[in-house]
Amino acid sequence: MRFAMAIDTKKCVGCSDCVVACQTENNVPIGYCRDWVVEVNDGTYPQLVMEIRSERCNHCSNSPCVRCCPTGASHYDYGGIVLVTPHKCIGCGACIASCPYDARYPHPKGYVDKCTFCVHRVKEGLPPACVAVCPTKCLYFGDTDDPRSEISLVLKKRKYKRLIPEAGTNPNLYFLI
Amino acid sequence: MKEELIISGRMNPMVDPVLNIWHWQIPLYLFLGGVAAGILFFASLYFIMGREKKYPAAIKWAPLLTPFLLVLGLAALFLDLNHKTFFWQLYLTIRLESPMSWGAWTLMVITPLSIIWSATWLKELIPGWHWKYPFLDQWEAWFIRHRLILAWIMLISAVILGVYTGILLSAFNARPLWNTSILGPLFFASSLSTGAAVIMLMAKSHLERNIFSRIDLMMIGIELFLIVHMFMGFQASTQVQIDAANMFLGGPYTEVFWIFVVFIGLLVPAILEALELLGYKIPIIITSTLVLTGGLFLRFIIVYAGQASRYLY
Repeated sequence: MRFAMAIDTKKCVGCSDCVVACQTENNVPIGYCRDWVVEVNDGTYPQLVMEIRSERCNHCSNSPCVRCCPTGASHYDYGGIVLVTPHKCIGCGACIASCPYDARYPHPKGYVDKCTFCVHRVKEGLPPACVAVCPTKCLYFGDTDDPRSEISLVLKKRKYKRLIPEAGTNPNLYFLI
Repeated sequence: MKEELIISGRMNPMVDPVLNIWHWQIPLYLFLGGVAAGILFFASLYFIMGREKKYPAAIKWAPLLTPFLLVLGLAALFLDLNHKTFFWQLYLTIRLESPMSWGAWTLMVITPLSIIWSATWLKELIPGWHWKYPFLDQWEAWFIRHRLILAWIMLISAVILGVYTGILLSAFNARPLWNTSILGPLFFASSLSTGAAVIMLMAKSHLERNIFSRIDLMMIGIELFLIVHMFMGFQASTQVQIDAANMFLGGPYTEVFWIFVVFIGLLVPAILEALELLGYKIPIIITSTLVLTGGLFLRFIIVYAGQASRYLY
């Protein structure tokens, strides 16, 4: 099993509902966020191209954060989801420095925190909160090892890119373009 | 024109707008650990080579400082942790892939070793020194008998400590400035140079001072070579590393790096040491202080600039 997420940059309108849903679902401390929306504008008027991406932890298959963690607090969990065990984390910040996506942050309580792909929901068969609330249905979540899953089908049909694959992280967020 | 914005707003403390997770504690530790590694390297190396009579400052006097340097460094590391009460988790596991795990264990070996090493010389160095409890005398005698083994373990752990401080940073490919294998040898050369500077300062004989002055001069030469090499490597690499190098070649870190690290920390002491070798009288305190200042600035600048260098996508 290999959980991944696909983000349709053509359908995303940048409403930031995913961000608020995540903060509510996961009780993210005020002033922090586990996911965020990036808008890229390229060109000069009237030849403008816009891309909107809802970004979060890439749950990389070759995670630098898991590699550099000195205590094993950062680890691969259910379906390849990258998680942090708070009571093992010493808050050294190595994983934060190692993440090319800056997807992690130190929780005010001291341990390092990040997107969990809402693993507590996924284990119950529910989609992550951000996917569940997306009003344009531009987020796809599922198992890429299953060729008949919704995400596998959309990745077969559509062109996609991944962010900084040259960092060698083998990320599992696919941006449909 | 390409413009990239986080429209949902992201201002995670210590991560945005520029990564700022490591503050003064980490570079201070890298410096203190480096100096200690340098001193212990020379102490064990020259002890193994049987130069006990010739280099008393390197083998006996300077190591007395290392327990303090290491404990201060460890304290700084502890202060840096965000989840302090869980620090013991470091010692429940060995993670070979994580340089920080290597470092934690190396410190666990070298800190007690530095204390034992210093303690075994105390009777010789301080006349009238005696241990309060008789079992300490027995332990001391045992350690003195096995000093050669101690020296070998210390030599190896000093090399690991000196190199790992650089590897710790170079293992992060997310920060292009750090992601160069030059950083390991550069920090090791700097730790040997700063270690030699402390030994120079404590040396009483002209011969010993002269030898460590020469060693220091050689290390400075190696550092300069590695720095030039590092920037050449960056310039020939990918865009992110070219950008990282440009922070030092016209960017915000240009003045502070070339003035405080290269000029004041490397070139000036090298010239002073060369003049001294030619027979001029140069107060050793000036040279040593400059070398130590340069080493401290090198750690600070690399740690801070590295956090500002990043991938763009």
